Amino acid sequence: MNPLKIIKNGIIDESPTLVQCIGLCPTLAVSTSASNGVGMGIAATAVLIGSNMAVSAIRKFVPSEIRIPIFIVVIAGFVTVVQLLISGFAPALDRSLGIFIPLIVVNCIILARAEAFAFKNGVVDSFFDGIGMGLGFTIALTSIGAVRELLGNGTIFDIVLTPAGYQPALLVILAPGGFITLGICMALFRLYKAKAAEKKGIPLPESVGEEGCAACGNAVLCGILGEAGKEIGKEGEKS
Amino acid sequence: MNLLWIFLGAMLVNNIIFARFLGCCPFLGVSTKTETAKGMGMAVIFVLVLAAVMTWLAYHLVLVPLRLEYLYTLSFILIIAALVQFVELVLKKINPILYKSLGIFLPLITTNCAVLGVAVINMNENYTLIESIVNALGSSIGFLLAILLMSGIRERIDRNTNIPQCLHGLPIALVTAGLMSIAFMGFSGIIK
Repeated sequence: MNPLKIIKNGIIDESPTLVQCIGLCPTLAVSTSASNGVGMGIAATAVLIGSNMAVSAIRKFVPSEIRIPIFIVVIAGFVTVVQLLISGFAPALDRSLGIFIPLIVVNCIILARAEAFAFKNGVVDSFFDGIGMGLGFTIALTSIGAVRELLGNGTIFDIVLTPAGYQPALLVILAPGGFITLGICMALFRLYKAKAAEKKGIPLPESVGEEGCAACGNAVLCGILGEAGKEIGKEGEKS
Repeated sequence: MNLLWIFLGAMLVNNIIFARFLGCCPFLGVSTKTETAKGMGMAVIFVLVLAAVMTWLAYHLVLVPLRLEYLYTLSFILIIAALVQFVELVLKKINPILYKSLGIFLPLITTNCAVLGVAVINMNENYTLIESIVNALGSSIGFLLAILLMSGIRERIDRNTNIPQCLHGLPIALVTAGLMSIAFMGFSGIIK
């Protein structure tokens, strides 16, 4: 596949946060400022590239029955490396991201990419997929972080952008603002995609995130781990 | 008394979803129907408390004596994954009725950041075993509370046809969660 196409796929068509709606926990938690968003995005991208390449490299030797535990170990190894690097070289970032650095392990994006892409494709393609998905995640995190920082603190990347009399809406930086901002960003992104599709005359793809687990990017994984994804998906279809 | 504050703090003030943002994926994914939400909440209580005990034991009895603290991420996630598989097998054998109601949710919990998150919080806060269990119990009951409330609201939202197309499903659920989170901020006065 064309590397550029793979990267664009990650940023726009299958943006992990805004389209596939996975990895929401870190998105909500660390998007309080643009620089936090960049930090988290880079950390996750590093893990994603590493785990994608490693999984792709060992895919021929891994029996498919026990691949999920193996993926988890590979990912946890890379997370530990990244965690030690961050606490060694960027202690300030370490403090502001806190618990969400170890939690990159359970970030669904990484496991989902290992399963959906790296396990089926070559090392080079997996590398570009890691970059694309990581960039998509970073861009989404940074832009949501920038919006929240601007509204809640009047700055972006700590640069003051608002006039002196501006009263920052502190609520946007606090927990509720995370949910509301992400909801609105997601809706706007959908609106943009719907408009773009209309212009090209392509029928609008069924919007995701509607039917519980069936729509989640991890439904594939859950289906392998158990029958959970399928059963909950079925219930979603019924309702 | 201290234990009570930890419990209330974990359940209401630092609610695992509305304040800590842990476990948002199942919270948003499985909250379309009250029945499934209840099952998910129960399964989370079950696994979270067990995982808190196991990870506490592993950290304090194995990792600390061997000076391998930096491997906690790796070992915790393995313990949780193994635990979930194990619980599923045992439950299937011993109590098929309980398995029927919780079983389908168990695999989903492996990749639930709430479980790993609470284990890491217990470690960071240096909780004793009892405190860890209380914290896990409070957090998971907070999760059940949040997901039940959310599913009740979403059942009504889904029947509303006035919502713009682009807000359907997740976006409107996120905005709703934001409003609920504001309500939960009201609890922050309970604990100094």
